[in-house]
Amino acid sequence: MLGTQLTALTSGHPAALTDALDLVAGVDAALTRGLARVGEADATALAGLAGALAATPLADLVAEAIDKICAGSVTPEHLAALAGARSALLGAAHDALLGQLDAALGRGRDPWSVAPAPPAGPSPVLATVRAWLHEVAVTGWHGVDHELVAAAGTPVEAALAAPESRRLAVLLDGLAAELRACVPVATMPQVPARRWADLWARGVLLAQDAAAVDPPADVVDRVDGRLLPLGVDVHEHDTAMQIQVHGLLEPAAGGPPRLVRTAVGAAKVDTIVGPALWRLLQAHPTLLTALAQRRGVTVTDLPARGADLHWHDDRAQLDEPVDPFAAARVLLPGAQAAAIAPLNRHPAAIAEPVLLEGYAVRDHDGGLAADLDGRPLAVAVDRLPSCGPLTPEVVAASSACLGLLRWDDGRWLLQPLAVRADVKRKVVDVHTGDWACGVSDAKVAKAEAKTGDAVAVLRERAGRLLRR
Amino acid sequence: MADVDDAGWARRSSVRVVPPARPRKLAKVPFVELADGRLQGVVSSGSDIERVYVSSLTSGTHAYHCSTNNNRPCGGLRGTPCKHLAALADEAVLQYGLDRVARYLRADAGDGVTTGAELLSRLDARHEPTPAAVVFSRFLRHLSYLEAPGNSTPLPELHWFPATGAGR
Repeated sequence: MLGTQLTALTSGHPAALTDALDLVAGVDAALTRGLARVGEADATALAGLAGALAATPLADLVAEAIDKICAGSVTPEHLAALAGARSALLGAAHDALLGQLDAALGRGRDPWSVAPAPPAGPSPVLATVRAWLHEVAVTGWHGVDHELVAAAGTPVEAALAAPESRRLAVLLDGLAAELRACVPVATMPQVPARRWADLWARGVLLAQDAAAVDPPADVVDRVDGRLLPLGVDVHEHDTAMQIQVHGLLEPAAGGPPRLVRTAVGAAKVDTIVGPALWRLLQAHPTLLTALAQRRGVTVTDLPARGADLHWHDDRAQLDEPVDPFAAARVLLPGAQAAAIAPLNRHPAAIAEPVLLEGYAVRDHDGGLAADLDGRPLAVAVDRLPSCGPLTPEVVAASSACLGLLRWDDGRWLLQPLAVRADVKRKVVDVHTGDWACGVSDAKVAKAEAKTGDAVAVLRERAGRLLRR
Repeated sequence: MADVDDAGWARRSSVRVVPPARPRKLAKVPFVELADGRLQGVVSSGSDIERVYVSSLTSGTHAYHCSTNNNRPCGGLRGTPCKHLAALADEAVLQYGLDRVARYLRADAGDGVTTGAELLSRLDARHEPTPAAVVFSRFLRHLSYLEAPGNSTPLPELHWFPATGAGR
């Protein structure tokens, strides 16, 4: 990424973005106070949302739903319309921001190919989830208490037990854990209103009977080629974790490299943290080795949908070592990206790999910023995972960075996945995935050994106590 | 709560609302949680590998109890909290930090308190039997996560939950 590209990215917002986000903030405030009795300010904000969607196919549905919600009769259909309207607005914001990014970087992007959704019948699991989300919306974040949080137990358990509702279960479990830690919410100095409304709205959409979110196996593409990992992004909450590897795929059939990603994950508990996370992914040894040893991988007949490769470790073979910085320098500018599924469009989903070189890191607004030709790009230091060696100190000493461009709260951010840094007068490459096959830093390994193997201890306890 | 005073907090999508648990040894106290208005958890018996104790301390009233998972009262409760409760409190402080535990219990930690056992000894705590079944079944549910299958299809919603805490 060049200075001129960063300038193009950060000078000015897409048209009407601020207005759209203000409308979203109005909905978030209404959900904070609850929909049981909608006050005048919230009614105005909700009417504004309906007005913004007046020229869309959702217009009548949303207008009627918001009329009824403001009049005090909230049905599940009205809430679905509200969640849909808010999501449509943020989806449009996502498209505008990604369009700005693609224009700045000169990145080509294939459109999403629509596949027919399989018919879905009514699901009792989804009904219990909708009921809880309904209760939450009517109550409002400020009214959330121990009882309402405890009531999430049944829908979470039901959703976890059904593999097809895994996405919904993971979302709901993460939201419920946050609410549990914040109860009574009314005493919080500030509510994370945007975030909780995001999770609520996505939950409502995923809990609709028609939400066929994962395409059946016969509509996905199959890919063959060489995968060059660029870096790995780590996600976790108390009971779930996922690594998402961003890479370049050189198709075996020829053609330009594709910008792809692949994710593998596992269920976990809150006491499994830090480098122990990697031990939950031992079913994917080829992928972990490729990360730890920085090697390419030859993949054969791997199912794919858009940019997402659905990982099968047995269809992957380790290839030659690859320098991710060199691969990015040569191949990333011409790589072809792909759009994401329409339902997933949200600014929080933007995670676009970039290579930055020749910047200076300096303090900026209480955090770090990479200064490229006099233009600062804030570094998302709170997105550096404790399972890897990449720390804010290493980032501060760096001069080259492979990272993800992200967008949150009105600004672009750089999430480092790997840096080339000057540590003790030696130039070293540090990647978030360096410890995928075990900790290579003696000091950290010793601290790890001291706390013991959390996964093993809990598996022993589970073996002794669970099947009684 | 991290960053809660930050003005932009309410308008950010990706914030870590709850700080991640700090690493600790799990052998003695495999399960600790702040839930249902209690500090509660499971303590492995020191003498019998098949036995566990369920210990809890209620927020506000500071009523405590300890029993086996079959509801047999702990022999160590003689007018004061037993060693299992002290171990539970110690591990809770390691996992969540003293501030968060004290705030949840609505207790004033006071000066010089660093461990959970010290915090417990400062409380005007009293014994009040509570059923072990709820806590024990929460522990079993906790363990059942480790039996859940992994996934190799993306979970897009986890983008709201970035891993954090490098260099902690």
